[in-house]
Amino acid sequence: MREPRWLPWARWVGLGLLTLFTVTPLYVMATTAIKPLQDVQGDFNWIPTRISLAPFADMWSTVPLAKYFGNSLVVSSVAALISVTVAVFAAYAISRFRFPGRRVFSITVLSTQMFPGILFLLPLFMIYVNLGTAIGVELYASRLGLIITYLTFSLPFSIWMLVGYFDSIPTALDEAAQVDGSGPIGALLRVVIPAAIPGIVAVAIYAFMTAWGEVLFASVMTDENSRTLAVGLQGYATENDVYWNQIMAASLVVSVPVVAGFLLLQRYLVQGLTAGAVK
Amino acid sequence: MVVSTTSRPGGGREQGARGGAPPSAGGRRRNGLLPVRLRRLGLPYLLILPALLLELLVHLVPMVIGIGMSFLQLTQFFLRNWSAAPFAGLSNYRVAVDVNSAVGRSLFHSFLVTIAFTLITVALAWLLGIAGAVLMQGSFRGRGVLRALFLVPYALPVYAGVITWSFLLQRDSGLVNHVLVDQLHLFGERPFWLIGENSFISVVVVSVWRWWPFAFLVLMAGLQNIPSDLYEASAIDGAGWGRQLRSVTLPLLRPVNQVLVLVLFLWTFNDFNTPYVLFGKTAPRDADLISVHIYQSSFVTWNFGSGSAMSVLLLLFLLLVTAVYLVITSRRRSDA
Repeated sequence: MREPRWLPWARWVGLGLLTLFTVTPLYVMATTAIKPLQDVQGDFNWIPTRISLAPFADMWSTVPLAKYFGNSLVVSSVAALISVTVAVFAAYAISRFRFPGRRVFSITVLSTQMFPGILFLLPLFMIYVNLGTAIGVELYASRLGLIITYLTFSLPFSIWMLVGYFDSIPTALDEAAQVDGSGPIGALLRVVIPAAIPGIVAVAIYAFMTAWGEVLFASVMTDENSRTLAVGLQGYATENDVYWNQIMAASLVVSVPVVAGFLLLQRYLVQGLTAGAVK
Repeated sequence: MVVSTTSRPGGGREQGARGGAPPSAGGRRRNGLLPVRLRRLGLPYLLILPALLLELLVHLVPMVIGIGMSFLQLTQFFLRNWSAAPFAGLSNYRVAVDVNSAVGRSLFHSFLVTIAFTLITVALAWLLGIAGAVLMQGSFRGRGVLRALFLVPYALPVYAGVITWSFLLQRDSGLVNHVLVDQLHLFGERPFWLIGENSFISVVVVSVWRWWPFAFLVLMAGLQNIPSDLYEASAIDGAGWGRQLRSVTLPLLRPVNQVLVLVLFLWTFNDFNTPYVLFGKTAPRDADLISVHIYQSSFVTWNFGSGSAMSVLLLLFLLLVTAVYLVITSRRRSDA
């Protein structure tokens, strides 16, 4: 493409401003996490005058962060794992079979993405509370209830992205496997899944992130024992003090795993997104 | 909508038709009694069954129940035994849309605030996204690093990013006032950003910060799918950079934009996390977004009937907007 002479300048100015906008909060998060409490309560300072690693040690005792961390880890991992498994089967059906109801199913599942979460929240809250009393399986305020809820949140997009992925794998490959004597499930396990591993991993990361970051249902469907990070982090604001340095330290620690995973796999996520969107 | 794969002449049809292919030995052992043809017919349904059951449990059944709840006088006395709640007819709806009642007036106000918030946020997020994506075209040093950096706000858990913003926006110890008041001297008095009128600006800025990377990501992927020979051909025809942007890039991005703008709109409109983490349980009046509003009015008063009626109205509105949007954008697409 031929570029006008001003474009390099526009590029640096535009990208510079975008970088500033994006990075400033991240910079503040990182620097506030290493300031002593006194220094975050007064005027703001761009450059920390005193550096203290105490916030990273204290954050575990101000609130039971380890417990919240464990809850988030269990809930998000299990939800991601089940969600991906369920999505792989559904996406395979949609990608490789033509059956009555296929289109209705795809559209129904995808359209649940557009519904406001608040619409499900109240009925789901009632269902979980009443199921608990009716059959003795505690879904309300339990990690199980959260897992079931979260895995369906990522399901529509996971199915959609995987359909795009599977569609890009030539059907000749599965046919070859079927000629070799595998059934359709054999073809899925032996050919389609291995060929779609990057997409499947990307979808798993997406499902994990969705559960890791969810606030609305976590704030209603958990109690002290099942509380996740999304709600737990608000515990640093006590009536007397807001421990901003510890909040930032904790935010940093809970963000690193998901951000790292996302950045490592963003290429595959983009592939999946566009494969689904462009067709 | 976006799922328009049925017409594709894929191998799937062939496979479905080739029902009589020899089954694997393992398959025969497990399902020996079922005729092969029937098994092939049932297989896709078996494959989608888990997804279907989960969607039913968490989305579709609750939605139906939610619609039912909106016709009940479901106050806190009936929460554990809600079949005993008296039928309320349309009264929950009547209260919600009656702008003369306090409930209806505040709901309507929240609705207007949310529309303004959504339109501004989506427009800005899209603009930043397309600017970033277009400026990132070509190759230059540091491109990969920059691209990763831009995606961080989207990858960050909502509460971590938004809670950082609420620190930035603190009146006395925050960065925003430090820059605007102490360094640039734009205001005589330190403004409040998390209460009062300014809270609207704050929630827009934070949302744009969170959502523009998503627009950037999708648009960048869309740009990569535009064949480079189109640029070469138009360059031969004498088109400059600006002309290419207008005549090649933007028209070819239209299918991507159609989905992107809709998704951004729905996500922003329904966003609960950003205002909830930014302001806490009580949102300021000027940033009283609808999700938080319904949440508050449901859990503060424990009147789930009225909360459900508001949610149903919200859903109807979103369905209407989506339908109109798809009709308009699809028609324009086929005209072009």
